[in-house]
Amino acid sequence: MPTLVSHPEEVKIVSSRFGKGATDIERYIELDGYQAARTAVEKGADWVIAEMKTSGLRGRGGAGFPTGMKWSFVPKQSEKPKYVLVNGDESEPGTCKDHLIFLHDPHTVIEGTIIAGLAIGAKMGFIYLRGEYRYLLEIMEKAIADAYAKGFLGKGIFGSQIDFDIISHTGAGAYEVGEESALMESLEGKRGIPRIKPPFPAVVGLYGGPTVINNAETIATVPHVLRMGGEAYAKIGSERNGGTRLFCLSGHVERPGVYELPMGYNLKKMIYEIGGGIRGGRQLKAVVPGGSSTPVLLPNEIDIGMDFDQVGKAGSMLGSGGVVVLDETVCMVEFALRTIKFYQHESCGWCIPCREGTDWLKKTLTRFHAGAGVAKDIDNIRYLAENMLGRTFCPLGDAAAMPTIAFVKKFRQEFEDHLNGKPCAYAKQKMQESVLV
Amino acid sequence: MADVTLTVDGKKITAPAGTLLIDACRKAGIEIPAFCYYPGLSLQAACRMCVVRIEKIPKLQTACTTPVAEGMIVATDTDEIKQSRKAMLQLVLANHPLDCPVCDAGGECELQDMTFKYGAADSNFVDVKNHREEQQWSPVVYFDRPRCILCYRCVRVCGEGMDVWALGVQNRGVSSVIAPNGGDHLDCEECGMCIDICPVGALTSDTYRYKTRPWEMTHVSTICTHCGDGCKTTLGLRSSSDGMEIIRGDNRDKSGINGDFLCVKGRYAFDFANHKDRLTQPLLRNAEGKLVPASWEEALTFAGQRLHEIRDTRGGEQIGVIGSNRATNEESYLLQKFARSVLGTNNIDHHRTADYVSFAKALAGQEQRAASLREAETAPAILLIGGDPTEQHPMLAWNLRTNVRHNRARIYVVNHQEIKLRRQATSFLKISAENYSAFTRFLAGEENSIFGAEATALRETLATEPNLLVIFGSELRGAAIEALVRYGLSLPDTKFACLGDYVNSRGAADMGLYPDMLPGYVPVQQPGAFATEYGERFPAAPGLDLPSMLDVAARGNLAALYVVGSNPVHRYGVAAASLKNTFLIVQDMFLTETALLADVVLPIANLYEKAGTVTNTYGDLQLVRKAADRAGVRTDLELIVRLADTMGADVHALVPFGQGTRADMGQSRGAQSGEADRHAVWLAAQNLEPKLSPFDPSALLDEIQRLIPSYSFSRLELFAGNDQHVQATSKNNALVQISNLSQRPDGVLPSMDTLFTSGTMGRYSSKLTEVHDSRNKEILVAAN
Repeated sequence: MPTLVSHPEEVKIVSSRFGKGATDIERYIELDGYQAARTAVEKGADWVIAEMKTSGLRGRGGAGFPTGMKWSFVPKQSEKPKYVLVNGDESEPGTCKDHLIFLHDPHTVIEGTIIAGLAIGAKMGFIYLRGEYRYLLEIMEKAIADAYAKGFLGKGIFGSQIDFDIISHTGAGAYEVGEESALMESLEGKRGIPRIKPPFPAVVGLYGGPTVINNAETIATVPHVLRMGGEAYAKIGSERNGGTRLFCLSGHVERPGVYELPMGYNLKKMIYEIGGGIRGGRQLKAVVPGGSSTPVLLPNEIDIGMDFDQVGKAGSMLGSGGVVVLDETVCMVEFALRTIKFYQHESCGWCIPCREGTDWLKKTLTRFHAGAGVAKDIDNIRYLAENMLGRTFCPLGDAAAMPTIAFVKKFRQEFEDHLNGKPCAYAKQKMQESVLV
Repeated sequence: MADVTLTVDGKKITAPAGTLLIDACRKAGIEIPAFCYYPGLSLQAACRMCVVRIEKIPKLQTACTTPVAEGMIVATDTDEIKQSRKAMLQLVLANHPLDCPVCDAGGECELQDMTFKYGAADSNFVDVKNHREEQQWSPVVYFDRPRCILCYRCVRVCGEGMDVWALGVQNRGVSSVIAPNGGDHLDCEECGMCIDICPVGALTSDTYRYKTRPWEMTHVSTICTHCGDGCKTTLGLRSSSDGMEIIRGDNRDKSGINGDFLCVKGRYAFDFANHKDRLTQPLLRNAEGKLVPASWEEALTFAGQRLHEIRDTRGGEQIGVIGSNRATNEESYLLQKFARSVLGTNNIDHHRTADYVSFAKALAGQEQRAASLREAETAPAILLIGGDPTEQHPMLAWNLRTNVRHNRARIYVVNHQEIKLRRQATSFLKISAENYSAFTRFLAGEENSIFGAEATALRETLATEPNLLVIFGSELRGAAIEALVRYGLSLPDTKFACLGDYVNSRGAADMGLYPDMLPGYVPVQQPGAFATEYGERFPAAPGLDLPSMLDVAARGNLAALYVVGSNPVHRYGVAAASLKNTFLIVQDMFLTETALLADVVLPIANLYEKAGTVTNTYGDLQLVRKAADRAGVRTDLELIVRLADTMGADVHALVPFGQGTRADMGQSRGAQSGEADRHAVWLAAQNLEPKLSPFDPSALLDEIQRLIPSYSFSRLELFAGNDQHVQATSKNNALVQISNLSQRPDGVLPSMDTLFTSGTMGRYSSKLTEVHDSRNKEILVAAN
C-alpha cells in the first residue's frame, strides 16, 4: 500500500477517511458513512440536485463540468432504464488520486453512486475501474457486497421503496475508455472507441438509456457535499470552483504525493511548500499542471491559483490534477517523446489525425531525439500537432497535440540544440552524473 | 418533415429537417469530401475530411454527423478548412505505399482524386512507413493493409448491409487493421461488397487484381444473367484475341434497380464465358455417331431441312421445343412464335421455376398489384412465405434488410426452414414443408387452423398492416397462390411478388413458353388476336408440356426436339436412350448433358453477348446491352430466324422488320382492312420506325408491346437503362379469361440454387465452383 502523505495546509474532505480503515463498512459508518445517502433518500432528488448546484462542484475528471447541472440534464421520464456510471478509468499520466479513493474509501464511491442514482432516478449504477487497477476490484466488490448485506443496496434501500443496484467492472487497459462514451462502449462489451455526439450520454448513454457519468473523485465528493451542505462546500474553494481537489504532486519534488487542497491553491506554493521544493536543490525547469495532456508551464508561469479558470487563463488546463514537476536535468525533447509515446500507444485508431498524427510524432521525435533530426522536423512536429488539434474525433488527439505544441513553443532552443547529429546534451549530462555517482 | 433553410458559403439552401449537412450540401451542389461517410451506412466521423465551420460553434464540425438546422450558417471553403483537409490527406498518405502505378484502384481511387483536388503534393515525413504483407482472405478477397485508410466502409457494408459480420477491426492506434472475424479467412457470402465499396485498393478481388488498368476497359451496363432478381451490372471489357472479354462486373455508378449491390454471381460469375469448354463451332453428328465440327451453313441447312421434312411428313405435333430461362424476352417470344407459326406445334415449354401462370390467373382483372423489386425497400410491412432470398434472391434480401434498417419495416417470415432473413424479422413462424397450401387457406380463413396460437396471432397482426407486401417462394403453387392472393386482396392495398429462379424465368412465362399459354397468359384455346397473327399453322389445341414431351420422346413418338439454352436431360434426369429416336437440335454454350445427345449443336452467345430485354421475377423490365463478344457464336435470335429461313418460312412474317411486312399488297380497303399491316399501323401510331434487320431485337419488342397489353412501359426510360415495371396481366378482356381456367398441372421444378450455384451455367464458372468447393471444405473441416 502506498505511503500516505500529509501537510497541515491540506483541507481533508475526500481524503478524510484515508488510512482510517474505512474499507470496513462498520468503520465507514462510524466515520459518518452512508449518512448522506440516507438523508438523500429522505429528502429526494430535487433537494440533492439543488445542493449539488449550490456546491459549485465541478467534474474532477478534467473537463470541470458542473456536476449538479450535468445531473439536471437527465430527462425525468425515460422509456429506457437510466444509469449512473462511475468513471474510475484513471489513466492520465501523472494522476493517481482515484486509485487512493478506491483503496482507502470504496464506500464513499458506493454512497456517491447511490446519491447520483437517486438524483436522476436510476436504479442501476456501474463502477468502472481501470484495467490496470484490477487488484482494486476485490476491495470494491467486497464493499459492494457489504453494502448489499446492510440493505444500502438492492431492494428498498435504507428501508425506503427505492431499489438500487451497483455492479463493478474493470477495463482491459485502454486510456481511451476514460472518454465517457468509449467507456460505455467498453462496458457494453464492444471495442473501446468513442461515440458520435450528440446524442450526449444524458439523453442516450449506456445501453441507449439516459446516463450520468462522473469521475470517481467527483462521485466520492458527493456524500461530503451533502453532509456539509452545498454552501459550506462552495466556500472552501475559489470563485466558481467549489471545494477541494486531490492534487497528485509528482516528479522532482522533495515530498511527492496526493494532497487535498482547496481549489485555487497557489501552484508555486504547492511545489515549494507542500512538496518541499525541488529535489536536491536543483532549478525548476517546467511544470505540467494537470496530467500529461496539459500544456507545460514555465517557472515564471506558475504563480497561479489551481482552479479551472486560472490555469486556463495561464494557457494550460487544470485537467485531472496531476502536477508533474520537472527540474533542470530533464531533456524536454525526451519528455515530449515520452509523452507522445503514451498517446501513440493509447490512440484507439478510430480517426485519421490521431491515429496517424501520434504515430508520426512518435517516429519523428524518436529519430530527432536520437540525434538524426533535420531542421524542418521542428516545424513539422509543431505542424503535425497543430493540425491534430481540434480535428480529431475525441479529446485524445487534443491531449496529444496540446502538450506537444507547448513543448516546441516553449523549449524550441532545446530542439535546436539537438540538431546536426549532436547527441542530446541533457542525456549526456545525465550519463556523466550517473558515472560520477 | 418540414424544410429548414440554412446558409452555406453565402448561398441559401433548403433541406428537410433532419437531413445531414453533408447530404444537404451535396444536393445543393456544394462538394464536401469524405472517405468514411457512405449513404445508407452508419455514421463514423472517422476520416475528418468533411469538416466545416458552423457559426457559433468553436471547433470545426463534421458535416456527416451534423443535421441541418434553421438559420445555420456554414462555411465549407475557408483557408482553415482547406488546410484541415490537406493535413488529413498528408496524414493518410504518410503511411500509404503510393504504389498507384500497380494498384488496381489506380485511376479510379478516391484517395487519388482527393489528393488531386485537395492538394497534398508535399510531404515532410522522412521516417519509414509501416508495412504489412498482403493477405488472401477467401477465394475472392485479397487485402493489402498498407493501402487501407481505415474508413470502415467494408466493415459496415458486411455487417449492416449484408448481415454477414465477417469483418472487424483488430488492434488499436496505428496498428489498427481491418481483419476477418474468422481469424485468417472470411466466413462470408463472398458478395464482394467490401471490395466494391473500398475507396482505395486495399481490398481487391482475385478475378480482377493486377489484370488491367481501369482506363483500358470499356464499360457496358447490362443485366446479370443469373438469378431472378435481374440486377444491373456494369461490365468492364477489354479486347481479347477472339472478341471482347469481360474482366470485371460491378455497379459502381449505383444506377439501376440494385444501386451498388451485386452478389457473388453478379460480381464474379461471368467467367463461364471464357471457360475452356465453350463451344465456338457448330457440331453435327456424323455417320459414326460422333459429334464433329461443321460450318454454320452446313449445320443450319441440315437442321432446317430436317425440321421442314419432319413437320411436313409427321406433323408439327411430333415436334417439341424447349426454351430458356436466360434468353431475352425477344428470343423467347420469337421461339414460341416460331414453334407455333412455323413448326406448327404448341409443344413448347421451358424449365418452370415458379408458377407464374397461377399468379397471373389469381391477379387477373386487378391493377398494379404485382410489386416491383424496388418496393421491397420501401414497403412498411412484408409477409415472406417460403423461399430463401438470402440464397436465391440476394438483391431482394438486401432490400429487405435495408428496409428494416432504414425504415424499421416489419417482416413476417413463414418458412419450413430457419432462413437467415428471420434475423431481421418481426416474427418467424416455422411450418412444415407440406403445409404451405394449408397455411394460405388458413390465412384466407378458409380452413380451420391446424396451426398454433402463434399463427393465429400472426394472422391478427397482418390484418392491421395496410400496404402489406406479400412475397412467396416456389413452394407455393396453383391453388395455394390463388388462396394467398384472395387473402391478400381482402386487406387494403396489398401487393404481391412471386419468386422464380433465373434472370428471365418470368420473361419466359410472360412470353408464352407454355404449351397452353400464349404471350401475356392468353390461353391457347381462346387465342384472340393471336389466331390471325400466328397464321395457318398455329394449332388450336394445347400442346405437350416438358415432362410429357420427354415421355412421348421416350416412347419414340417425338420426331424432333429443339432445345434452346436449356439442359433438360440433366435437370429432369432423362435417360440418354430415351431421346435416340428424336432428331435433337441443341443451342447451348457448352456440350451439356443434353447437347451431348444432339444431332446438331449450335454454339450460342450468352446474355452478356447480346441485346434485348429481360423481365425479372417481380416484373421489372430492363434493357440488356451487348457487352462482350466471342468469335464463333450466334445469338438465339439470329439462329431461330435463320432456321426459319432455311425451312422456307416467311421471315417477314416471323420478325416484323422492314415495311409492309404483313401487308396484303395494297388491298387493305373496305371489308379487307382487317387484313392490313397491323404492325405498320401500330408502329405509325407509336411514332416508331420500322426496323431494318431481321436480327434486330427491338423489332420483336415492338411486337411484344403491340400484342401484350400488360407490357406497357416508357420506351424512353427503358432505353435510357431504367427499369420499367410491368404487370403479368392487364384488365384487358382477352386476358381475364385466364381466370376461367380450371386446375392445370403447374409443372414447377425449383432449381434449388444457392448463392454459389446457378444451374448448368454455374458449373462452368470457375470462380463460383472454387468458392463453392472452398465453402464445402470449410464445412467438412468444421465437422471434423
